[in-house]
Amino acid sequence: MKLELGKILIDDVKFGDKIEVNDGVLTVNKDKLIEEVSEDSRIESLDIELAKPGDSVRIIPVKDVIEPRVKVDGPGDIFPGVLGGEEIVGLGRTHALKGVGVVTTGEIVGFQEGIIDMSGPGADYTPFSSLNNIVVTCEVDNDLAQSEYEEVSRMVGFKAAKYIGEAAKELEPDEVEIFEHKPFPEAIAEYPNLLKVGYVYMLQTQGLLHDTYVYGVDAKQILPTLISPTEVMDGAIVSGNCVSACDKNTTYVHLNNPIIKDLYEHHGEEYNFMGVIITNENVTLADKERSSNYVVKLAEQLGLDAVIISQEGFGNPDADLIMNCAKLEDKGIKTVLTTDEYAGRDGLSQSLADATPKADAVVTAGNANQTVTLPSMEKVIGHQKFADVIAGGFDGSLNEDGTITVEIQAIIGATNELGFGNLTAREY
Amino acid sequence: MALRIVHYINQFFGQIGGEEKAHISPQIEDGPIGPGNGINAGLGDSGEIVKTIICGDDYFNENAEDAKAEIKEVLEEVEPDLVLAGPAFNAGRYGMACGGVAELACDELDIPVISAMYPENPGYEMYRNYAYMIETSNSAAGMREAIPNMVKLIKSYVKKDGKLGRPQEEGYMPRGLRKNMFTEKRGSTRAVEMLIKKINGEVFETEYPMPNFDRVAPVDPIEDLANTKVALVTSGGIVPDGNPDRVESSSASKYGEYKITEMGETAHGGYDPVYANQDPNRVLPVDVLKDLESEGVIGELHEIYYSTVGNGTAVASSKVFAQEIAETLINDGVQAVILTST
Repeated sequence: MKLELGKILIDDVKFGDKIEVNDGVLTVNKDKLIEEVSEDSRIESLDIELAKPGDSVRIIPVKDVIEPRVKVDGPGDIFPGVLGGEEIVGLGRTHALKGVGVVTTGEIVGFQEGIIDMSGPGADYTPFSSLNNIVVTCEVDNDLAQSEYEEVSRMVGFKAAKYIGEAAKELEPDEVEIFEHKPFPEAIAEYPNLLKVGYVYMLQTQGLLHDTYVYGVDAKQILPTLISPTEVMDGAIVSGNCVSACDKNTTYVHLNNPIIKDLYEHHGEEYNFMGVIITNENVTLADKERSSNYVVKLAEQLGLDAVIISQEGFGNPDADLIMNCAKLEDKGIKTVLTTDEYAGRDGLSQSLADATPKADAVVTAGNANQTVTLPSMEKVIGHQKFADVIAGGFDGSLNEDGTITVEIQAIIGATNELGFGNLTAREY
Repeated sequence: MALRIVHYINQFFGQIGGEEKAHISPQIEDGPIGPGNGINAGLGDSGEIVKTIICGDDYFNENAEDAKAEIKEVLEEVEPDLVLAGPAFNAGRYGMACGGVAELACDELDIPVISAMYPENPGYEMYRNYAYMIETSNSAAGMREAIPNMVKLIKSYVKKDGKLGRPQEEGYMPRGLRKNMFTEKRGSTRAVEMLIKKINGEVFETEYPMPNFDRVAPVDPIEDLANTKVALVTSGGIVPDGNPDRVESSSASKYGEYKITEMGETAHGGYDPVYANQDPNRVLPVDVLKDLESEGVIGELHEIYYSTVGNGTAVASSKVFAQEIAETLINDGVQAVILTST
């Protein structure tokens, strides 16, 4: 499977009469966009606003961030099984509007999640502060079941990103990257002397607001399986979760999975990058045992020598991470783990809920319990009142002057466990 | 600026005597004594030991509260910039005393502490959070290395205005303190580089060494359940309607004490709250236990339950909650507890 990923670099976004890209400026017709994404009768109100890097703007609570992409050539559509049909993606050509994020917000369900500050100290902790964000605020009738609200909001985000992505279809990309995933016999024959390396991609599947979808299938229901890195780039994996926003993978991060990107960097030189095993993080012990056993089976079937395992979330999924690690190491398959830490606000507690001495190679995205004070912003998109109850917030988080003191856990993407950011922690 | 330093040592290094003097209460002397002389000489303009506290190891360990109160008084009066304790080498009681002094100075008085001991001294494991501890050999024969190492760390502390670097770079033993920082390379790049080193058999440094976990051995089964008073305790976040104590949805800093008739909803942010909110008995099974009580299977269900949120909550906080809850339960005559988690 070969995918050409064309990147159109966008450095500004504005509203105008029609949707178009000129000299790196994306223009969006606000009314048309609202019309495109509002057809669900469950939507009560929907608004679109812009938030740009450096703006005195806070977006809270953020549900998802999505990069606009479009299929230019090859089968299927972006977000297959969700918006597109059931074709397998990851072939041909795809264009991406780089520097743009579609952000969804609204009163959503349960505890509301995720902060993006476009400037100030909070901006350093979220990768999405550097994007030109098109923010969709979607509200529904209060009587609607919470799970339906979540679904409405999720779909609105995908529709908006897909609609905006279409603007890139006819454009000449600023850069084109080519990624190829060959049939296994060819892949092995190509670099017979290199060690075979894989990627175990753990997907959050703990329930409402903790779900991930693969070709539209709730990943709770899957057995671990193989996926081509190029399918991931075409939106085969999308986010349905936002609770404890710091270490949940937004759809943007799935599309731009940095481990896949960095594994390709040394493919054919340091190792033979064979592919990706996706697995889930279900809540029952039986599920954890079965999924980790199945991961090991797939890794052995591929003849892998080593893997990177990325976690999503913390606490309960620490058990999945450690099971995957220990069982693979027992089979002689070397592991590197990427995770984050919950070491307490003082940094003195043990950081994970489970451990094994076999996990001797761990990359950490930092201690999510560290607190930060975010200054007040001139404009708030969404509902700032949720600062006290989001995961990472506490009673008194929202101060009278509009400043917010929270754990960085509340900042979306702050401790992303795919290693999307540069935050880490060390022992002192 | 030269630091004003108070030095804590035991009766032996304080040149008062050996085991026969281990019972002495804290004595205060001006200036350095024993190992303090070498340290003081090495410090030059960086600092000066203004007082030395000498205390018997038995006295400190057997009368910890009195000893700490006396030492606290001295520290409050002298107001030093830094407290030194030891070196204690592998002397367990001395190490524990140095650690106890470190906890007092660091935690209660906000005075930084530098100490030195053998890594297997129980004082290190127990009190490593409270002091920068230099590694020493296991006996006083290592004094010749310990003193210059302590001097070097103190000088670095002065030079860096208290902002010491990482353990390896400064020469102190790890304190178990996790600190965030931004790195040049993103996490995924570091992971791939670590993978390459690991598959090539090269040396690599994990960013998070695995912790040692407390393993709690299960107690013996209850023999006479029909005469046992049972309580419910949960980390599933069941609280009265409106979450009156504002127990956090993640990283809880507190727990609540409620009547079992007051269950309303969950405060937990780490699982789908819909079903717990529909019926909190799903997380805190009061209904079933009431049945068992009326059937005579259990003696009595305690009318109070305790609840916190386990989601992302620090182990240290959980330990404090559990100690307090256990004490109250024992005082209320509770003999068994069912812990429910989510």
